[in-house]
Amino acid sequence: MTVLTQGIRDGGIIAWRNLLNARRNIDWLFAAVVQPIMFVLLFAYVFGGALGGGEYREFLIAGIFVQTIAFNSAFTVIGLCNDLQKGIIDRFRSLPMSRLAVLLGRTTSDLVVSSLALLIMSLCGLLVGWRIRGSLLDAVLAYLLLLLFGFAMSWIGALIGLSAPSVEVAQSAGLMWLFPLSFISSAFVGAGTMPGPLKTIAEWNPFTAVIQSVRDLFGNEAPPGMAPPEGWPADNAVLYALVSSLVILAVFVPWSVAKYRRVASK
Amino acid sequence: MTAAVRAEGLVKTYGSTRALDGVDLEIPTGTVLGLLGPNGAGKTTAVRILTTLLRPDAGRAWVAGHDVLADPDAVRRAIGLSGQYAAVDEQLTGFENLYLVGRLYGKNKTDARARATELINRFRLDDAAGRPAKTYSGGMRRRLDLAGALVAEPAVVLLDEPTTGLDPRGRLDTWAVIGELVADGATVLLTTQYLEEADQLADTILVIDHGRVIASGTADQLKTEVGGERLEIVVGEPAELPLTARVLADVGAGEPSVDEQHRRVRVLVDAGTKSLIEALRRLDGEGVAVLDVSLHRPTLDDVFLSLTGHAAEEE
Repeated sequence: MTVLTQGIRDGGIIAWRNLLNARRNIDWLFAAVVQPIMFVLLFAYVFGGALGGGEYREFLIAGIFVQTIAFNSAFTVIGLCNDLQKGIIDRFRSLPMSRLAVLLGRTTSDLVVSSLALLIMSLCGLLVGWRIRGSLLDAVLAYLLLLLFGFAMSWIGALIGLSAPSVEVAQSAGLMWLFPLSFISSAFVGAGTMPGPLKTIAEWNPFTAVIQSVRDLFGNEAPPGMAPPEGWPADNAVLYALVSSLVILAVFVPWSVAKYRRVASK
Repeated sequence: MTAAVRAEGLVKTYGSTRALDGVDLEIPTGTVLGLLGPNGAGKTTAVRILTTLLRPDAGRAWVAGHDVLADPDAVRRAIGLSGQYAAVDEQLTGFENLYLVGRLYGKNKTDARARATELINRFRLDDAAGRPAKTYSGGMRRRLDLAGALVAEPAVVLLDEPTTGLDPRGRLDTWAVIGELVADGATVLLTTQYLEEADQLADTILVIDHGRVIASGTADQLKTEVGGERLEIVVGEPAELPLTARVLADVGAGEPSVDEQHRRVRVLVDAGTKSLIEALRRLDGEGVAVLDVSLHRPTLDDVFLSLTGHAAEEE
């Protein structure tokens, strides 16, 4: 077996184990299923009421999708950190399995969780009036892009999880970096109204690109008066979103794998 | 007979602590090596190096003919490890834990399932096979962990303190399993703080302290090295202790030690039963009431004390 096929096979087995674990953990199930519902309803009605009703709710959904998918990377952080604190990693490392498997298995099981979250959020979205107005192909593309982005975020989470000294630290560190990234974007407001430097950051923030792509592909328009992001990333949103996700993967996959080797052999 | 495990000059330092300070060891195929030492002696570090979990700062090691540094994957295919802390997944059932390990050893689904069932039976976990491991008692968890080490029928099994934290029954169970392993031809490296355990299970014992091997040999050899037998006399009255000690000092080959609480005097003797008879005869002549008398070969506790100057279970 080549390194890659063994990595995928063993990663699949670890993902199976992670999902079995998740299914039996009530806290976790709550976070994975209830949180997306809460986010859609909360943001849709709390912000939606003030910022433009139905039109705003439709605009907002893509932002909530992306934010929730990105926040799911915290599962990767906590899951990995938890495994590292326990003896189970020693067992894995003493087995003739791929060195990639623990990380790939974790990011894969979290991808499944994100798919579930997307399904739940889409159903909630339909309830609050969001619609897919573009073609089926575009919609499929939008979902694939969301999952790719979530997968990339998971690998950043993997590195954080491997670096955190304890599960408690992992828990807060896993979310902290996501707040500025998800808010300094066009998730909730048109980035066009932000002050100078923030506006530039928002425009080049991959979050904005993914959100903009999803809005474009679903055919969800910004309500009147909401200045959309401008510039090259906004004009080439899908390309930029794709490229930035792949760049994140290209950087964080090898980095996390190297970190895993070092951390696990302490 | 070739060595199943061989290590030369293993060194591992953590900051200024030398966890291992030049350890050599060799385990002939099909035998049990007991690595005996107190907490922090370096036992776990040695196991982690031999199981490829840790790279030594210096030295080399081969397990089942494979270099642990150059070919760790081949080593992993040949070994089974049961660590100091049971490495089981709490949320998975006993069966699922063993199935998972089987799959990760490269077995297909059918084989992994069959092997898991077999081990569940062998380790008397049938009733609990479908329950998450978090509901298991300490002893059951240990058994499950040990079963996990045996999934691939490894040629070399490394057990890091396999009975720490077990009740006497769990300990006897574990000893029985290790006995079966060796009967099946496996080579076993076992670390322990319990002298009795090493005495019971190991063909060869390596005594290790502060990262160094301070003695090695069979249990018998180690005991002989420490010298002859111990004569132990318990008297009825505390007032008789000084006199008893004087008598034993004459009869014995060393300085007697007096345990006032138990009204007991012990001394090293070199003439065995002759010394015992001589001591009793003289004590009788002095009118001392002897309650109990025994002559025994040194235990590994005595060995450890005389080698390191401190008892094995200290620190």
